Amino acid sequence: MNQVTPIARATTLKDWETDQEVRWCPGCGDYAILKAVQRTMPEIGTTPENTVFVSGIGCSSRFPYYMETYGFHTIHGRAPAFATGLKLANPDLDIWIVTGDGDGLSIGGNHTMHLIRRNLDCQIMLFNNEIYGLTKGQYSPTSRVGTTSPSTPYGSVDRPAQPAAFALGAGARFVARGFDVSKELPNVLKAAHAHKGAAFIEIFQNCIVYNKDVFEDFAAPKGAEDRQLWLQNGEPMLFAKGTKGIALDAEALHLKTVDVVDGDWQAAGVIVHDVTNRSVAHMLVEMRFGEFPMALGVLYDDPRPTFEADVWRQNQAAAEGKTADLQSLLKKGQTWTVTEGGPEL
Amino acid sequence: MATAVVDVTDKRSSPLSDAVVVRFAGDSGDGMQLTGGQFTLSSALAGNDFATFPDFPAEIRAPQGTLFGVSAFQINFGSSAIDTAGDAPDVLVAMNPAALKTNVPSLKQGGLIIADEGEFNDRNLAKAKYAANPLDDGSLAKWQLLKLNISQLTMDAVKPFGLGNKEALRCKNMWTLGLALWMFDRDRAPLVDWLNAKFAKAPDLAAANIAALNAGHAYGETAELAGPLKQHHVDPAPVAPGLYRTLTGAEGIALGLVAGAQLAKLPMFFGGYPITPASAILHHLSRLKEYDVTTFQAEDEIAAICSAIGASYGGSLGVTSSSGPGIALKGEAMGLAIMTELPLVIVNSQRGGPSTGLPTKTEQSDLYQAVYGRNGDAPMPVIAARSPGDAFECAIEAVRVAVQYMTPVMLLTDGYIANAAEPWAVPDLTTYEAFPVEFLTEVPEGGFKPYGRDEKLKRPWVKPGTPGLLHRIGGIEKELDTGHINYEASNHQAMTDIRKAKIDGIKVPDQVVELGAEGGKLAIVGWGSTFGPIHQAVRRKRAEGQDVSHIHIRHIWPLPANLGELLKSYDKVVVPEMNTGQLKTVLRDQYLIDAKPVNKVSGQPFTIAEIEAAIEEALK
Repeated sequence: MNQVTPIARATTLKDWETDQEVRWCPGCGDYAILKAVQRTMPEIGTTPENTVFVSGIGCSSRFPYYMETYGFHTIHGRAPAFATGLKLANPDLDIWIVTGDGDGLSIGGNHTMHLIRRNLDCQIMLFNNEIYGLTKGQYSPTSRVGTTSPSTPYGSVDRPAQPAAFALGAGARFVARGFDVSKELPNVLKAAHAHKGAAFIEIFQNCIVYNKDVFEDFAAPKGAEDRQLWLQNGEPMLFAKGTKGIALDAEALHLKTVDVVDGDWQAAGVIVHDVTNRSVAHMLVEMRFGEFPMALGVLYDDPRPTFEADVWRQNQAAAEGKTADLQSLLKKGQTWTVTEGGPEL
Repeated sequence: MATAVVDVTDKRSSPLSDAVVVRFAGDSGDGMQLTGGQFTLSSALAGNDFATFPDFPAEIRAPQGTLFGVSAFQINFGSSAIDTAGDAPDVLVAMNPAALKTNVPSLKQGGLIIADEGEFNDRNLAKAKYAANPLDDGSLAKWQLLKLNISQLTMDAVKPFGLGNKEALRCKNMWTLGLALWMFDRDRAPLVDWLNAKFAKAPDLAAANIAALNAGHAYGETAELAGPLKQHHVDPAPVAPGLYRTLTGAEGIALGLVAGAQLAKLPMFFGGYPITPASAILHHLSRLKEYDVTTFQAEDEIAAICSAIGASYGGSLGVTSSSGPGIALKGEAMGLAIMTELPLVIVNSQRGGPSTGLPTKTEQSDLYQAVYGRNGDAPMPVIAARSPGDAFECAIEAVRVAVQYMTPVMLLTDGYIANAAEPWAVPDLTTYEAFPVEFLTEVPEGGFKPYGRDEKLKRPWVKPGTPGLLHRIGGIEKELDTGHINYEASNHQAMTDIRKAKIDGIKVPDQVVELGAEGGKLAIVGWGSTFGPIHQAVRRKRAEGQDVSHIHIRHIWPLPANLGELLKSYDKVVVPEMNTGQLKTVLRDQYLIDAKPVNKVSGQPFTIAEIEAAIEEALK
């Protein structure tokens, strides 16, 4: 048993800050995410010693050094695998995985998929900046077609991965989206933490050096309400100050934007967000920005039993009624005794 | 002793007149491994010492009757100490033409062939690429040949049970085993019990198999009256009284790891990914949950080791296991375990390489990979097991080194050790010294330093969840003591030196001479599964009065402190290895001695005769 009995106590933002000098580029979106996380932690009823940040490699993966918690900065793409072993060794720990679009979807895509599929109880924050920052600006698996970079001087030709759709396709039971400077980010993080199981959060993050303002089209404060759809469970999917909404085209089986007149969203057929509706979640993660607003907030949240709980349950059931007597195990199977008179069964 | 069927007194290759080598060979669907396994148990119960060599194809069900689909099981049993599975069989049981063709060349001259002539039809002969039937054309004249229609005899024996043709023929291996039991004067009762237990849910199948077993046995009795077939009794070997069992290397590793974790007072976490021939360790451990063992079949080799490191970070004993190609994938994570100084055991069941190589064949060609195969200066202890029983001891030793020095440890075994069985005197666990781990739980005097060190240069092990000791670790170079990120030149130099000094300073037992004297004309230096043939060859040459000694190295890295002086006390040092000379290179590098290689990479273990020839050559 590796558990150390957690002691609940109140903390403040200061309790979650390390003495380490933060080394991201000035103006990097990571600063805002770090603050949002540090601001969230005192509100979710956990303690620094019981919290572990596990990361891979990349700009985002420096995150653990700046959190006054336990932290493990591992190797490229493999944070989910370390987190799995750690959580199985001690299910009481509160584990946050920090990864990026390259780390979590390119070199580590396999591990991300399997962690989500198994439903390990943890939070996965995928910082999506659509670029490789730490290696100086190559295009990434989420870069848009035509991205020019040191490795694609004539523009990238491959179509980008969609992190939220990937996660849902892998079997995620919690999918959310936010962006670095959004005031809503702490609420998204809180919802992710409240979800028991693998909670996947795509956080759009502005790389001001290699992919500056690539998300300005929806994240810019001016006119944001027209381009952002903040989803709330049980609330109609409205945006543009309630003048527009998302409705279902039942014949074509896809979503559509509709105008809402005089606030009568029912008449316009606007659907009410049900975080447990997996079919609608699939449509939300596929909703293309431009034609639609960017879907943000908790897109899907429908928990089911977690991997580590099932493993522990099975271990306990398999061990029940058995004594761990290794000496008798060594004697198991087909044995014989040699006496002075020779061998016998 | 009854009259021997086969002349087993050929002094050159086998001075032990009381040892017999039998090889069962057939199609991979003929159940030869099972037959061999049960014959092994009967040898154990007869009190013989023994060693076995299962040799099977990589294909699960290779096309029937083909040369590449042949599966064989060789056992050497006798009334004195047996070290190897034997050079050349005295008896070859060939269940079809392909089995005969691939195995008869190694049969001892004058040895006995028992062939199932029912399978020597045109179709099978063509598949084995025989132009004429070798049972009839005189090409087997230098051996004794016993043609039996085992297929038909089996069908006749199981007829009363109303099995279909296919199921009836499945009993062929039991008929053959029955005959073998008669040949070597063995008791059938344990086999009958075993069959009844195995087919408890299908009493008809149990009865049919028992009938086939009895029919084979009865055939021997009758045939002896008629002439060519004779019974041969091998006396029990003088072994120390005690409780024995058969043990494969995979079992030895699994049990040793559990014992090691218990001695360290740690829960064990095993992260694995299926790969031949290492999977058996995962299979064994997954059934031992009551011993505080958690097994995790990861999505790939990398996740397997990373999850194990994650578990070690969490306070468990992390273990991962694989074979060459999988070990290659784990390389980067081993570097992280070295950098973060976390305990970890990595088991490598070596197989033929490079790349996919020969998955089911044995080789020792991952020594360089184990000692040197990582980026950067990444020193890591390496321990090599010599036999299934030794694998148990080595696994405990690997755990001890890992937790006492906070380091990953590579444990080398190979396909031969993993699959081969030997009799094992069950050890008394109370005789093993415990080495319980002490986690750091409070800020020590002078403050908490995540990379502070004790006299062994070991850093403290802190479980996440411990108040007051929060810290961050990772793969970027660590600052002395604090463990913070640090890129300074002098710090990297100091940390590199410390990592090296820690591993160099691991206390390993002094090297002993297995057989012979300290100093002399010739030392044969081996490691791993070559122990058997080297030991037997040196024993024979010493019996002839030659000045030759056997040294077998368990601690490949760091090497025993006295090894250099020991090796320099011989005029010549010869290193037989199942690779192109890897330990030889390490010894030359470490001690500047002119170690000479003797190499074999055929996927088969050394024969005793090959080592004897190497000794003769060296002493010329």
